[in-house]
Amino acid sequence: MTDQTSNLETFRGEVAEWLQQNFPENLRGQGIAPFGGVEGDRAVEGDAALWRDRLASRGWGTPTWPADLGGGGLNHQEAKVLSEEMHRVGAINPIPLLAGMGVTMVGPTIMEYGTADQKQRHIPGICSGKVRWCLGYSEPNAGSDLASLATKAEENGDHWLINGQKVWTSGADISQWCGALVRTDSSVKKRDGISFLMLKMDQPGVETRPIKLIAGASPFCETFFNDARAEKDDLLGALNDGWSVGKRLLQHERASQTAARPTSNKVSGSLQSLAKSYVGETATGELADADLRVRIADHLMHTRAHGLTIARITAEAKGNPEVSAAASILKNSATRVSQERAELTLEFMGHQGIGWEGDDFSEDEIEHVRGWLGGKAISIYGGSFEIQNNIIAKNILGLPETTQKG
Amino acid sequence: MAALSEEQQMIKDQASAWVREQAPVSTFRAMRDQGLAQGFFTETWQAMIDMGWTGLVVPEPYGGAGLGYQTLGLVLEQLGRNLVASPLYASSVVGAAALLKSGSEGQKQALLPKIADGSRLVVLALEEGPRHNPNQIECRAERASSGVILSGTKQFVMEGIAATDFVVAANVDQGAGKQGLGLFLVACDAPGVHRHAIKTMDSRGYASVTFDGVVLGAEAMLAGPDTGQAVLEAVLEIATAALAAEMLGTAAAAFDMTLDYLKTRKQFGQVIGGFQALGHRAAGLYSEMELTRSCVEAALSALDEDAQDVKELVALAKCKASEFLHEMSSQLIQIHGGIGMTDEFDAGFYLKRARVLENALGNAAYHRDRYAKLLNF
Repeated sequence: MTDQTSNLETFRGEVAEWLQQNFPENLRGQGIAPFGGVEGDRAVEGDAALWRDRLASRGWGTPTWPADLGGGGLNHQEAKVLSEEMHRVGAINPIPLLAGMGVTMVGPTIMEYGTADQKQRHIPGICSGKVRWCLGYSEPNAGSDLASLATKAEENGDHWLINGQKVWTSGADISQWCGALVRTDSSVKKRDGISFLMLKMDQPGVETRPIKLIAGASPFCETFFNDARAEKDDLLGALNDGWSVGKRLLQHERASQTAARPTSNKVSGSLQSLAKSYVGETATGELADADLRVRIADHLMHTRAHGLTIARITAEAKGNPEVSAAASILKNSATRVSQERAELTLEFMGHQGIGWEGDDFSEDEIEHVRGWLGGKAISIYGGSFEIQNNIIAKNILGLPETTQKG
Repeated sequence: MAALSEEQQMIKDQASAWVREQAPVSTFRAMRDQGLAQGFFTETWQAMIDMGWTGLVVPEPYGGAGLGYQTLGLVLEQLGRNLVASPLYASSVVGAAALLKSGSEGQKQALLPKIADGSRLVVLALEEGPRHNPNQIECRAERASSGVILSGTKQFVMEGIAATDFVVAANVDQGAGKQGLGLFLVACDAPGVHRHAIKTMDSRGYASVTFDGVVLGAEAMLAGPDTGQAVLEAVLEIATAALAAEMLGTAAAAFDMTLDYLKTRKQFGQVIGGFQALGHRAAGLYSEMELTRSCVEAALSALDEDAQDVKELVALAKCKASEFLHEMSSQLIQIHGGIGMTDEFDAGFYLKRARVLENALGNAAYHRDRYAKLLNF
């Protein structure tokens, strides 16, 4: 055994012992439900709050972040051990969920672009799981063409005054902080007059309204800034360099989205066995609907190819995947996996797949319908399917850009 | 692929340089124009022997380098790029696999070193009908006092004209109305072996081979009816994964040609790659290529590691390679427009080779069905 593996095994022992002493038994296998669920609209109390705080006290909610900023200071191998041990005892790390966009996107971007003071003021809050972040990017007239954003920030003595409207601000109504792209210069090319500001959500100039979607309630909001205030020292990156900061942040978003997520996590078991339970099978064990069988096989093969590609890109990056252009390929591929699976499931459920509510449908069936509907957003947010193809064509293949002006 | 070993990198660089400098598509064109029945230049084959590629996957005790299928894939991919015609795949990969997976120690000792040094060309004679169907074999091996008597016809035998020996899949009577599949080694000059060249659109050396009551001694049997089916399946796994690697190379070269054209061809006062319709098509093809590469590499490494899910991964690799090569070769023509339709330009070679290889050892539909069966549905 090398020193390195023996150190890792020692660390594994320490983690196991710490978990035994600190992980509240009644949270075992409970998933994210005690932490407010996906919507995050319920308070975190009792054992859930205790576990959040204990985990944060070691920095293990953000295990690879620097220890002096509230992270765990672990290397990737140690973080993997930590995750394995937590999985073993049925514990989850709720902090990425509780921090909203903090752990996956805002934090890494602050660590890259932020001043020492900004890191000190913002990173520990993200690590604690008590400060939730939302993102003010899209606007009613700036979706895929994000650079057209019009929300304006003007210098006003020791602070900025912000006016305008954002949309699709996920979790805006429950977040404490917002990272917003704002226009700070209207006299230059669109992308050259944008800055990235960080502002408090709890202030008179900020108002949020939840948006109801085709799948029902949603975490999304419209957010209105009416003379909202951001401090001068909460400009992230250089003035008018917000486009680079914001784009970098989106790369972190794409990196976190590359693992195909199930559009509904309720429908469990293999897709093919679930399909059989609705459609039936032939005497030789084949799915009774031959056409559907081919399409499910095609889908499962694409899913496998997607997983193998993530593994290959990770291996090629020597186990330390940096945010790369290849993430753009993976996003569209992951989108296809998720949406195709949802469509196929809806199809083979037949009449049981059209339920909205009530006892005529199982909980899984209803959940699936909602997930299928909600999943239509995957190819729209974080750079739509078409925008991803623009990025691949231009950045990876080196084709000329003629479709995006400004 | 995770980082290549130093040796792998060297072999890949060597193959890439050799293909670029010594085996451009114009060499394939010259071979096609001369109408060589054997389907390759002897000099091309000799160069491969000199570089040691013929023994790449043959284990060291039998005179090869024993380097494994991932390494082999690196070479095949480069050959596929320029449509290099040679018996390397048919004999040094598939023929070698047939001997490795069956055959007594004596049979291995006798033939593998000769496959490794290129002095014998041993190829698999399997197909009988228009579609790949290894479970539907009509060739028969009747038991006789001296051994067996082989009868039947094999179609589309790859490199069947240049071959010195055939590995023939044939049914063996086991008595009581039962029969099982066996594999037999047959010299091309044995009495009763007749072959003629099949002229395929991709100009390679395919043959139709008839075995007309060929008398074989007991030593000709590589695998008997109790193991034949399993052996054939194992040989086909290797053959199929390796073919997918070659197809990936062919498709990748077609992609590069297309991308290059998108960046240089001007219409309406701009390079056509700037049109979003074409940019998105290129992005889609690129994504499929990356996915296909992952599948091919996974299948080859599963063979090296004797992984449990090797069957699934091989079916996946061939299905993806067939689908991507199909689409890529069609788009190669479409995006090049009129010039792509001319024989003077190389695109047609890629399209023809694509359809031939898509069909070989089972097309995409065949492997999709196989994948579903392996997943129990």
